[in-house]
Amino acid sequence: MARMATCVFLLFGRLVWASDSLPPLAQVAGSPQQGERIFVEREAGHCVLCHQVQGLDAPFQGNLGPDLTGVGSRLSAAQIRLRVVDASRLNPDTIMPPYYRSAGLEQVATDYRGQTVLSAEQIEHLVAWLATLEQSGG
Amino acid sequence: MRRRLPALLLVVASAALADTRSFVDQSDLPAEAVRSGSVFLTAETRALQADGFANPGYLWVERGGELFNDGDKVCSSCHQADALAGAAARYPQYDAVAGALLNLEARINLCRQHHQELPPLAYESDELLALTAYVANLSQGRPLTVAVDGDAAPFFEQGRAYYFQRRGQLNLACNQCHDDNWGGKLRGDTISQGQPNAWPAYRLEWQTFGSLHRRIRDCDVGVRAEPHESGSEIYISLELYLAWRARGLAVESPGIRR
Repeated sequence: MARMATCVFLLFGRLVWASDSLPPLAQVAGSPQQGERIFVEREAGHCVLCHQVQGLDAPFQGNLGPDLTGVGSRLSAAQIRLRVVDASRLNPDTIMPPYYRSAGLEQVATDYRGQTVLSAEQIEHLVAWLATLEQSGG
Repeated sequence: MRRRLPALLLVVASAALADTRSFVDQSDLPAEAVRSGSVFLTAETRALQADGFANPGYLWVERGGELFNDGDKVCSSCHQADALAGAAARYPQYDAVAGALLNLEARINLCRQHHQELPPLAYESDELLALTAYVANLSQGRPLTVAVDGDAAPFFEQGRAYYFQRRGQLNLACNQCHDDNWGGKLRGDTISQGQPNAWPAYRLEWQTFGSLHRRIRDCDVGVRAEPHESGSEIYISLELYLAWRARGLAVESPGIRR
């Protein structure tokens, strides 16, 4: 029986421990204005490469990732944070790159080795902006 | 309860295993889904590729034709151009003498060394691009049909593994864009299937002609991975996987790509 319990734990342990959310990474109050710039700018997050947000001032928004219009109504800041930091913790097969992870990656270019795509502060700004996106109209 | 638990566990375990497999989906692009990159071009760019006078790639084809017939011991003293029609569609190919997988560029360079006593041309040099373009163009319209069995098998597996391996700071594998999301939009760009049948090609972004390996390096750099050298065994192996994946697609070189 103990062995079976172990089996059950091994099968479900990963799921049990996998949380759906993540607390803040840095002791900064996220700035939605800076977050919006990070979302759009090529040199920062460039999230518009794959995601859309209706009403956002950015031409040619991509469609590989989910439409993030009103995402703040669907997910909490902590849930959004986890998905930006490393969405593979929820779905190992995800196409979403990890924006705050530097370990367990293969063949990383020398210039980027040991670094995360965004800084903890940038993630907080981004999360703060995304959390403000409310579903309007209904 | 004690009796039922093992059966229950078996069901749970098989479900969990099936789940695990879906997380590492490495199924090849189905043959019926295969589309040439020209499908994802604008009508204007497609027309430019089809126009033998306007397509700048033909400058390299013509130069290649000159090189093919130029020098003391010329390519054409062994090869009749007609006899080379269709050859490029069968590359990369394992060569028993070299004990290596060769793509067109590597084959041309081996020919130079062994039969013309000439030094190999640098990868991405205009001369090697030109000769490659000339030989590839002799197979224009022929369907890609590479051998992936026998001695080629380990290279094929190596190339296939590279295709499905996540890499770089962005942690992306080739298949995540080119199998799972072709047709999707990266800002204004439509993601193609990453098919190799138009290469070497004139790339608008480069404003020049280039090799498939240079294009692959751009993909690796794009996911912030350290790229391999053009002409490296790993890239030729990947080229073999790509050619097999594109089986049946007609050679278009010199193509025009974004």
